[in-house]
Amino acid sequence: MNAAIRRFAQSNFMYSFGRDKVAMVSFAILAAFVILAFSAPVIAPYDPYDQTTIDIMDSEIPPMWQDEGEARFLLGTDAQGRDMLSTILYGTRISIIIGVCAVLMQMFLGITIGLVSGYVGGRVESFFMRLADIQLSLSTLMLAIVALAIFQAAFSAEAYSDMAIIMLILVIGFAEWPQYARTIRASVLAEKKKEYVDAARVIGFGAPTIMFKHILPNTLSPLLVISTVQVANAIISEAALSFLGLGMPVTKPSLGSLINSGFEFIFSGSWWITAIPSIVLIALILCINLLGDWVRDALNPKIYKEK
Amino acid sequence: MALLEVKNLGIEFPMRREVLRALQGVSFSLDAGERLGIVGESGAGKSIAAFAIINLLSKPGRINAGEILFEGRDLTGLDDEAMRDIRGNRISMIFQDPMMTLNPVLTIETQMIEVLKAHRNISDNDARKIAVEKLREVAIPSPEDRLKSYPHELSGGQRQRVVIAIALLTDPSIIIADEPSTALDVTIQAGIMALMLNLCKSHDVGLILITHDLAVVSQVTQRVVVMYAGRVVEEGPTAEIVTHPKHPYTRGLIKALPQEGTAGKRLNQIPGSMPTLDAIPDGCAFHPRCPHADDVCRASVPEIVRVGNQFSRCGKANELAEENSL
Amino acid sequence: MSGPLVETRGVEKRFDLGGYFWQQDKPVVRALNGVSITIEKGESFCLVGESGCGKSTLARCIMGLLEVSRGEIYYQGERIDLLSAKAMMPYRRRMQMIFQNPYASLNPRMTIQKTLEEPLRFHFPEMKNGEVHDKVEEVMTSVGNDPAWGTRYPHEFSGGQRQRISIARALMVDPDFVVADEPISALDVSIQAQVLNVMMDARDMRDLTYLFITHDLSVVHHFGTRVGVMYLGALCELAQTKTLFDTPRHPYTQVLLNAIPKLSTTELTHTPMLGEVPTAIKLPSGCVFHPRCPYANERCSREVPTGTTLDDGTVVACHAVEENRI
Repeated sequence: MNAAIRRFAQSNFMYSFGRDKVAMVSFAILAAFVILAFSAPVIAPYDPYDQTTIDIMDSEIPPMWQDEGEARFLLGTDAQGRDMLSTILYGTRISIIIGVCAVLMQMFLGITIGLVSGYVGGRVESFFMRLADIQLSLSTLMLAIVALAIFQAAFSAEAYSDMAIIMLILVIGFAEWPQYARTIRASVLAEKKKEYVDAARVIGFGAPTIMFKHILPNTLSPLLVISTVQVANAIISEAALSFLGLGMPVTKPSLGSLINSGFEFIFSGSWWITAIPSIVLIALILCINLLGDWVRDALNPKIYKEK
Repeated sequence: MALLEVKNLGIEFPMRREVLRALQGVSFSLDAGERLGIVGESGAGKSIAAFAIINLLSKPGRINAGEILFEGRDLTGLDDEAMRDIRGNRISMIFQDPMMTLNPVLTIETQMIEVLKAHRNISDNDARKIAVEKLREVAIPSPEDRLKSYPHELSGGQRQRVVIAIALLTDPSIIIADEPSTALDVTIQAGIMALMLNLCKSHDVGLILITHDLAVVSQVTQRVVVMYAGRVVEEGPTAEIVTHPKHPYTRGLIKALPQEGTAGKRLNQIPGSMPTLDAIPDGCAFHPRCPHADDVCRASVPEIVRVGNQFSRCGKANELAEENSL
Repeated sequence: MSGPLVETRGVEKRFDLGGYFWQQDKPVVRALNGVSITIEKGESFCLVGESGCGKSTLARCIMGLLEVSRGEIYYQGERIDLLSAKAMMPYRRRMQMIFQNPYASLNPRMTIQKTLEEPLRFHFPEMKNGEVHDKVEEVMTSVGNDPAWGTRYPHEFSGGQRQRISIARALMVDPDFVVADEPISALDVSIQAQVLNVMMDARDMRDLTYLFITHDLSVVHHFGTRVGVMYLGALCELAQTKTLFDTPRHPYTQVLLNAIPKLSTTELTHTPMLGEVPTAIKLPSGCVFHPRCPYANERCSREVPTGTTLDDGTVVACHAVEENRI
């Protein structure tokens, strides 16, 4: 284990990380976001989900640095009197959870389908790839809107607010498996030609073993590259859905629903209800994308290519 | 005066953690119309030496020492435009894989005419005539029709012939051929090598043949240079080197060939392997694998000594030649 | 044991190339057209030919990596080409394979130890950890590898070392029959000798039977007991090594032998063979070699020659030989 860690630390990967300031800064900011968001229960000054602590008289108080701001609400309050800082912390946590879990689901589905399609080939491959084509031509948001609208109509508001996170993860997770499937399939097709696969067949291993144990570990590079983009996309998708009112409910807001809830107040003066969550969301996505850029470059086969 | 003289060439690759010395103190020369072979295993530096002549070194490689004199002029300091006059015009190059050299989306005709027009003020029609003539010389049947083909419509052997024809288009003084027949089948290989040999003789074109195949070199070249870990270790007339090598490495190489072994018995192998550029030992680079190595060999890089018509970078070349171990 | 260890009877292999669904004659690559060979226990049977002749395809059919379109494959008298994966298991332990490309035949994400332990644990699940470890060490040292390499990954090794690791992997399960598909073609000359020696030692120590695929006839001369020459999916000649080299009967064998570059002191003189290698998609009618054969007659373009067995056991598929014309 120690040897593996040492190898990683000395690898080209870490070396190029140390050289790339943008990557390091993005990583630092992202890490800060994640740590803050997940320590929300500990560090948030208030619990935004506890209806008893919210006083409608406290609504629409501007951030602390403004004239009418108050010290107890650092970033102001929203239309219901909830503390913006706490709500943003919890909201970021929800956004990240949904983003990561949705991607995990995409990966699971996409990898399995991609592996099988690539390795088995023939009709199985054609079937899944055509399915992927069809799904790609329908936009994620469209699918999500339809699914979530039906879901919202079918369940009561209470049940909905409990299940919303899971529904969002499922919907976004299911909508984007083709990205992973295609990437993995392309890698599998390339790896299949290599002789170590033949060697594994000659030893007598069955197809599942070869697919998951031998080929999959060699397809991880492109996976890593698209994963960062996919996480960013998932977070944005969730934000968009919540903004449209189909995602997280107002009582358990994510960044998107917060932005939505403050939208009507932009021109009437309480700009911070929309603006501050927007800035947080943009910063989060930007950092993920910048890191993703660096990962893509770092994993690019470079000057020393094997013969 | 020799047509091409490489004097003390040094090439280095500044890498992230260290500077790799790909070539050190490499010298050889080529007279007009002479056929020289550069032999060595992969990593010995033979291709790099050739690329350096026409300034095709890929970054971060750079020449850090020595000169390359072509017709008396030093090529190492030339700017791009002057180099373009030489490259592909006075000195042509043939690479190993014809499918990589020929552009798959252009017809043979386009590629050949393009070469001529790049170096000469000449009309399309005249260029086409020259192209047909060269294709005929490399024994491509119905050359006028073949001009309209795309590379993938030709067989491997035909493609390599086209590449040779392109190399001859501008009537160069020297052709550098980097492993021209390695990617081809045995029966095609023989044809290509014979073709190159005959063309070089009839057109009085100098040839630098880079290869790892001693047999091919012995049948085609007049002189040969043997390289090991970035240095020249032996040089001399091909026939003499092949029968009486004066460096332990060359000797080891020849004795390791299956045709030099006894059928059914173990082959004479050279223990170990050639050091990578970042791990070249002190002293003579070959000493870890040499049966005759002593402390002097381990301490300092041997100078080139003359043994008869041959030159060997082995401190013991003379003694060993006398003892008949070589 | 009575019969041959491995036998193929009339093996044919076709690869479909797709094409439009309304096409009557979809393009098909006819890689093997009725090849029958026998390999006796203890033999080092060499299969030679140029690219496209089908030698690798035949090896893969024998090993069960490809399904035959027609014909049968036998191992120790039992038919193996139709077996299910489960039924093949005991044979998988006895038949192993070494591949050509040392840079692709080891899984880049598995340590050497893991790569070597895998086949052992798979076929002998009852072996304890200590036993597995010892066996790995024993096989590694027997092929000249350092057992300490176990913790490292393939990319840390050179081509020759990787090939020795591949050989170790093949030997882990104590097979009786090893197919080596061009195992040394991708290696440097001095390393080729090393790896060949390792294979010869393994053969003597473990009483192995080899099917050795190569295009290098000098290796065949050194290593092989019997040789089969293939051209475009057909077997031209099959003979004892010495006989083949002393008296080649088939016209293609003769051309092949003439084309090998030999270390010599005289210049190359070569009469190129007529025509180009046709593709396996549009096979010539009758004898596949007839368009390029100096002895072809009308019958050769009509009728596919079947193998005639000569007095000394040599099998030749040539009308001219059969009719005593040559």
